[in-house]
Amino acid sequence: MIQLDIRSRQPIYEQLVEKFKELIVYDVLHADEQLPSVRQLAKELTINPNTIQKAYRELERQNFTYSVPGRGSFVAPQEKNEQKVNEMKDELRKLFSEALYLGLQKEEILEILHSVESFDGEEDQK
Amino acid sequence: MISVSQVSKEFDGEEAVQDLTLTVKKGSIYGLLGSNGAGKTTLLKILAGIYRQDSGYVTIDERKVYENPDIQQRSLFLPDSLYFFPQTTIRQMANFYASTYERWNEERFQQLAHVFPIDMKRKVQRLSKGMQRQVAFWLAMSSMPDVLLLDEPIDGLDAVMRQKVKNLIVQDVADREMTVLISSHNLREVEDLCDHIGIMHHGKLLLERDLDDLKSDIHKVQVVLKEGEEDAFLEGLDLLYKERRGSILLCIARGEESVVVRHIRSFRPVVFDMLPLTLEEIFVYELGGHGYAVETLMDA
Repeated sequence: MIQLDIRSRQPIYEQLVEKFKELIVYDVLHADEQLPSVRQLAKELTINPNTIQKAYRELERQNFTYSVPGRGSFVAPQEKNEQKVNEMKDELRKLFSEALYLGLQKEEILEILHSVESFDGEEDQK
Repeated sequence: MISVSQVSKEFDGEEAVQDLTLTVKKGSIYGLLGSNGAGKTTLLKILAGIYRQDSGYVTIDERKVYENPDIQQRSLFLPDSLYFFPQTTIRQMANFYASTYERWNEERFQQLAHVFPIDMKRKVQRLSKGMQRQVAFWLAMSSMPDVLLLDEPIDGLDAVMRQKVKNLIVQDVADREMTVLISSHNLREVEDLCDHIGIMHHGKLLLERDLDDLKSDIHKVQVVLKEGEEDAFLEGLDLLYKERRGSILLCIARGEESVVVRHIRSFRPVVFDMLPLTLEEIFVYELGGHGYAVETLMDA
């Protein structure tokens, strides 16, 4: 289920967190579904159990999972809208930083935003 | 828990380990890295109770290690150069381990026969180097140690066997919180296995950290700056290393990612790339900072 790139420079626990988030966001892992146990995953992927525990803690901190003492970690029900908004924000962040590299000024970006807003406004009036 | 506190060990006036302090938490896999001759093996032998330290304290679960049979029952040291009795088969070797280690698990030994495909009736010393390593792991894992001390353990094993051995170690850590200390200079081999790293150089511990923290704390940055901004740019960084290739500036900088990024962004570089470092790079740059630099033959 989870594929890791051992050769990647990205720390393994970050990879794990991202993979699980992906699975949860795209509904491959459903709400209240149990995550594989630390033992099971350590054996399957041959990675340090402490690393998995750390990734699970991080997922819980970010409200993607919840844990039941003695039973393990489970997928937390996701607020779809909030998730989409967050993804959109990330996208925008990427675009903005690219724009800034290209030498676009803050004012120019704001101008674009204003023009989009006013365009939407005009449409509403019609 | 393994605790080493201000330990020194000298051989004929040569200090192999100097005033070294180190802690390994229970259930952790700790990678002990170091330059050649840094004192890794000496430290492991002190932890195994083979050498007695000249000064300082070495404890496992708060009990001293040297001449303590109870602790030695629970810890197992797999040395760099293995020793097996002459003319002894694997089965006879296993019998010896069973009579030595109270916690010997015969059932496990039989199960592991599927992992290590070597006939138990064969004489150990007639096996190849890699196969002898396998036998050593087979015996070690059947002795159910709480503390496993490994000195360059993975040398000589083929890729399939390495994966199998790592898997066995990881399972024991997950199942019964075995503590593992691995010394190695093959950084790639330990990178995916360890959670903590200690780097030794000239008998001292240069740094000891959580591996993920360590990685997210050092960054490799490539930038192309506008003219005349280099000095101001470098001033704001905790720099470990810098190199210039044409207009591209390559830096290794310490610090929290967001802080470093903000600093770099404030200069609006034309090109900006940031990568986490591999363990190998961290090792090279950290030791470079301590006068153990990588010099190309051209420079020398």
